[in-house]
Amino acid sequence: MHELPVTQSIVNICLEELEKNKGKAVKEINIVEGELSDMVPESIHMYFEILTKGTKLQDAVLNIAKIPAKIQCKDCSFEGTFNKTDFFCSKCGSENISIVGGREFYIDSMEVEDFGD
Amino acid sequence: MEIKIVRQILDWNEDCHRELRDLLDEKKVLMINVMGSPGGGKTTLITKLIEGLHDKNKIGVIEADIAGKIDAEKIAALNIPVVQLNTDGACHIEAMSIKNILPDFDLEELDIMFIENIGNLVCPAEFDIGEDLKLSILSVPEGDDKVEKYPLMFSRADALVISKYDMKEYFKFDEERVINNAKALNNEIEIFKVNSVTGEGTKELLQWIQNHRK
Repeated sequence: MHELPVTQSIVNICLEELEKNKGKAVKEINIVEGELSDMVPESIHMYFEILTKGTKLQDAVLNIAKIPAKIQCKDCSFEGTFNKTDFFCSKCGSENISIVGGREFYIDSMEVEDFGD
Repeated sequence: MEIKIVRQILDWNEDCHRELRDLLDEKKVLMINVMGSPGGGKTTLITKLIEGLHDKNKIGVIEADIAGKIDAEKIAALNIPVVQLNTDGACHIEAMSIKNILPDFDLEELDIMFIENIGNLVCPAEFDIGEDLKLSILSVPEGDDKVEKYPLMFSRADALVISKYDMKEYFKFDEERVINNAKALNNEIEIFKVNSVTGEGTKELLQWIQNHRK
């Protein structure tokens, strides 16, 4: 739902990093998003296309990799993925779990064009 | 060439949130972000908590609404410093909104600051706003399936307040379901069951808040 300011943040960070690393243009951006994050990739792609027109990001390919949610079971110590609509341990069935992963949302890396390319 | 970045995309808000946390720690002000649906009982609860806290604590309130000053007027009637924040359409508030409004308060003269967030079970959960504690209200008439339907609001809360608890029998409210779902999302969450009009059940919540004083 807040994909516009979020996409603006992606653009700002990438332009900043491009400048810092003295690159010519960005070819690819790799984003990691946890399964429990609420951001809708389709909306981010849509805003990205609009916001990057005329910038050094305009031809960049945006990759958003989803990673699964992870739980830790306090009863059997199982740590692993879970179906995000079933709030119980998939190994022992216990509801005594805590969520230890799945809310990630960060820019992992980008592929840039050097001035020498 | 590949550049490794590893930067959080929501840092634009998180940086401001951390700045506010540092300021409030320095001034020893406990900030509580009160969230919940429209009509869930946020203002009524805050009013009741002020009643129980103001003898020993200096309190300030930021009231956030899309429009109007209805809630700010209720708080002002208690002689508590309050500022109304109107978002003019935005569905949540961000850390910068709080940063801009804090100069309206004398933080040296405050112990506790309540922020009544926009009535909304979705968006406020995503944005930290400088608070020490997140308090999410679920009122009985809203139903016992809301923790499953709106997990982020409850997974990130420090406390779940089940309000209008006196209505439980009228709405066939399965409180065990609510509590189990909330604990599964967040094992550390505190649960309180209150009638904010009479104050029944607020004693434990008042103590919990008092225990967090800086």
